[in-house]
Amino acid sequence: MSAIAESIFSPETAARFDHLATIYPLKRSALVPMLLYAQDELGYVSEAAIQEIAKRLDLFDLDVRNVLSYYSMLRTKPAGKYNVQVCTNISCMLRGGYEILDHCKAKLGIGHKQVTPDGLFSLEEVECIGACCWAPAIQVNYDFHDNLNVVKVDRILADYAEGLGKDVK
Amino acid sequence: MPTNVSHPDEVIVLKRRFGQGAVNIDKYVELDGYKAVQQAIAQGPEWIINTMKASGLRGRGGAGFPTGLKWSFVPKQSEKPKYVLVNGDESEPGTCKDHVLFLEDPHAIIEGTMIAGLAIGAKLGFIYLRGEYRYLLKIMEQAVADAYAKGFLGKNIFGSGLDFDVITQTGAGAYEVGEESALMESLEGKRGVPRIKPPFPAVVGLYGGPTVINNAETIASVPHILLMGGEAYAKLGTERNGGTRLFGISGHVERPGVYELPMGYNMEKAIYEVAGGVKDGKKLKAVVPGGSSCPVLTADELNVGLDFDQMAKAGTMLGSGGIVVLDESVSIVEFALRVISFYQHESCGWCIPCREGTDWIKKTLARVYAGGGTKKDIDNVQYLADNMMGRTFCPLGDAAAMPTLGFVKKFRKEFEDYVDGKRAGTPVMSEPELVGAGH
Repeated sequence: MSAIAESIFSPETAARFDHLATIYPLKRSALVPMLLYAQDELGYVSEAAIQEIAKRLDLFDLDVRNVLSYYSMLRTKPAGKYNVQVCTNISCMLRGGYEILDHCKAKLGIGHKQVTPDGLFSLEEVECIGACCWAPAIQVNYDFHDNLNVVKVDRILADYAEGLGKDVK
Repeated sequence: MPTNVSHPDEVIVLKRRFGQGAVNIDKYVELDGYKAVQQAIAQGPEWIINTMKASGLRGRGGAGFPTGLKWSFVPKQSEKPKYVLVNGDESEPGTCKDHVLFLEDPHAIIEGTMIAGLAIGAKLGFIYLRGEYRYLLKIMEQAVADAYAKGFLGKNIFGSGLDFDVITQTGAGAYEVGEESALMESLEGKRGVPRIKPPFPAVVGLYGGPTVINNAETIASVPHILLMGGEAYAKLGTERNGGTRLFGISGHVERPGVYELPMGYNMEKAIYEVAGGVKDGKKLKAVVPGGSSCPVLTADELNVGLDFDQMAKAGTMLGSGGIVVLDESVSIVEFALRVISFYQHESCGWCIPCREGTDWIKKTLARVYAGGGTKKDIDNVQYLADNMMGRTFCPLGDAAAMPTLGFVKKFRKEFEDYVDGKRAGTPVMSEPELVGAGH
């Protein structure tokens, strides 16, 4: 039985949230993880998710929104099923990060923070993802791909389009 | 997947269990895992802190504060519970060392957290990973679950009568949260805005309790230090800079990778021998020595030992150990613009000198880069950066100002050439007006 009578989340996520609210010295500490896990399930942090999380943590909706707007991974609009995040920070930049970003823009026909019409891909230019020694690197959702060139990127995008790509959650 | 690299000059302490399947708890135990924590229990807090002081270990996040000293600042008696907080929010551009530690040796981080807890009298430790590191968070979560299943964590650890719990935590994308007070705010479920210091976290930290905050690499070093002895570890490095550290060498080198080198190792050798020299036989132009916040070094300034003191003497910082090598093709103006765009995006906006300074430096450099700049713009960039230094709650303002000053002072001619319409280097941005994740 979930702590919330009618959760908008799947039973697994609801159970996880029940648990998260109990493990910290102050339950508000569960807020950032909850927002991210909510996004993992819904594709973005929806109004309903904000309201339920606020209720679970005894916060105002405004408190949740205030935190939500701070973190760059959290979004309030849907991304594509596969969110392609291209790092262009220094180590990647020096090894072709911008070439890969431009290639993805042309290949997917979309720009920064845009979604393809079929909803399959979205594209984002991101700051350093901690793969500097294996640059250039991208993340598709949570999955890292490194030591890239445009040929490898084409294969990765084709794999995802055919449903063969890994979807780490 | 990160590739394992090696070089004969490496001195292996932290990487000892790499490539041996130490993610598996039985393998970790077979490789002397969870021995150091038992030794720590037997010898007591004073011995732990003295060993850490003797080791000369200094914070691997970048500030280089002596770890043993930091632990000794935590009051013995406290009305509020004490905590250990491991900073795995690795976000400094050029840095990916904690990435390989979480991947290869997660139990070393758990064991180090336990030892820090024993040293200061904490019963709860947090291991905070940046949100992007989801697959590493899963590895950490499994390692923590395995340690509970073996009875290594939880009640009465190793029959000591002491309890210790570990909670793993994910961030959700924010460079600023790597700063210790912003990290605590984030862990308390708030925006990652820094706190004013003092009080320092050792006195008033997480939930108001005394808190030790250490970088993941610092914590992972702890069990090794206890097993080999503080003095033996100290001897591997240079004076006041004990041991080894993970150097991530990236950018224009033949063999980029995370190498474990003794503190004080010569930077020129690290680049030309360990990392195989500049890629494709090109000439080296500059090096960003310890993550993007460290002032740049020119090709003539590389004959310097990689430790905190020698790097400070050379006018830069050892930082997070992320060495980024730039070859002759790089436009320093473009590179400086990319660096400031990052800090402009990541500035939390709390302190005005940082929020406005990063924004105006970005705008001004973008104009110089686009060809519409004036000589006065270059002076303005320097003026802005000078006025950010030391005027913010947390070091993000300095982290943005220091590299900017380095670029403008050491490569001023290149900026002036841009103003005059002569452009050095090969630009790589196709849409420079849209630079960085913040556009």
